Amino acid sequence: MPDDVVVGEIITCPDCGTDFEVSEVKEKGVSIKPAETVGEDWGE
Amino acid sequence: MTTLALMYDRIRWEEKVLTKTAEAGGLNVNRVDAKTVSLDSDWSIEETREKFGDIVLQRCISYFRGLHTTAFLESKGLNVINSMDVTLTCGNKLLTTLKLEKAKVPTPRTLLSFTEDSALKSLQILGYPAVLKPVTGSWGRLVVQLKDKDTAQAMLEMRSRMEGSLNQIFYIQEMVERPPRDIRTIVAGDHIIAALYRYAPEGEWRTNISTGGKGEICKVTGELEDVVLRAAETVGGGLLGVDAMESPEGILVHEVNNTVEFKGAASVCDVDIPGAIIEYILKQARR
Ligand SMILES: Nc1ncnc2c1ncn2[C@@H]1O[C@H](COP(=O)(O)OP(=O)(O)O)[C@@H](O)[C@H]1O
Ligand SMILES: [Mg+2]
Repeated sequence: MPDDVVVGEIITCPDCGTDFEVSEVKEKGVSIKPAETVGEDWGE
Repeated sequence: MTTLALMYDRIRWEEKVLTKTAEAGGLNVNRVDAKTVSLDSDWSIEETREKFGDIVLQRCISYFRGLHTTAFLESKGLNVINSMDVTLTCGNKLLTTLKLEKAKVPTPRTLLSFTEDSALKSLQILGYPAVLKPVTGSWGRLVVQLKDKDTAQAMLEMRSRMEGSLNQIFYIQEMVERPPRDIRTIVAGDHIIAALYRYAPEGEWRTNISTGGKGEICKVTGELEDVVLRAAETVGGGLLGVDAMESPEGILVHEVNNTVEFKGAASVCDVDIPGAIIEYILKQARR
């Protein structure tokens, strides 16, 4: 996890590859929730 | 102090670096997660400004989410970059093609059909190889080469069996005879901030960075600048990723991205891309 982690950032589980979205940055560690999966309208 | 509302649904490298650069440039940044909002038609202009900020940078990854939040905020009087009109055009490859074509900006010939059979007819007119793309989509997703009639039949059948009405729109384009690269330019208003070649990786014909494309610095020629800036102006201007190809007849623009990603460009170009983006936003905020 990056030192400057922010809410809304995606972190990937190094073991299983699942994406999680950071939902809260706490003094020690972060809370996470499952990230959304890619939608057909996603992109630049 | 001016507040920049940064509308997002996922924080990528770009959103982090834009936040830092904006703060360093004296802006107060209010990051708004589009997944958490309840936008109320009853809000006044003042209320909306109070909740969001003085100027909005739209960075949603979901096109429709971005389009709708932009429509709301713009109608409440906020200056959103990019505007709703620009978003509407750039989020749909057909609308983009039509605008480019009308403004005589060189762009690949494109045919449009709505059924498998008529799409095959379009291909007969256009000839093989051709390219089939979703009108809405990005990162090279479902952009496929149709080398011959057999491949075309298979691809068209698959597309027509996919769910969603957008999948029933067949946007079919001539295959441009280009080198194994295209050109990504990042445009802010009336100038090109950065330009890079994107080379397709081994065993891949698409050049998107997301499909493994490799960036290399690209010198902006007079022709490239002219075509790219006319394309940007034609779609309504703003902060754009204008993509071009080198065809035997010269530079063609094949798409314009309205929430441009620039991590790939930043890793090869010497210019300070986030700095130039924030400078553009500051200029808009002062208007
Ligand atoms: N008409 C074409 N001829 C040759 N290559 C093309 C053509 N259209 C697209 N490509 C290749 O496919 C990539 C993706 O197409 P593009 O229209 O940019 O869709 P996306 O929005 O998914 O990036 C381009 O970057 C380019 O490398
Ligand atoms: Mg593209």
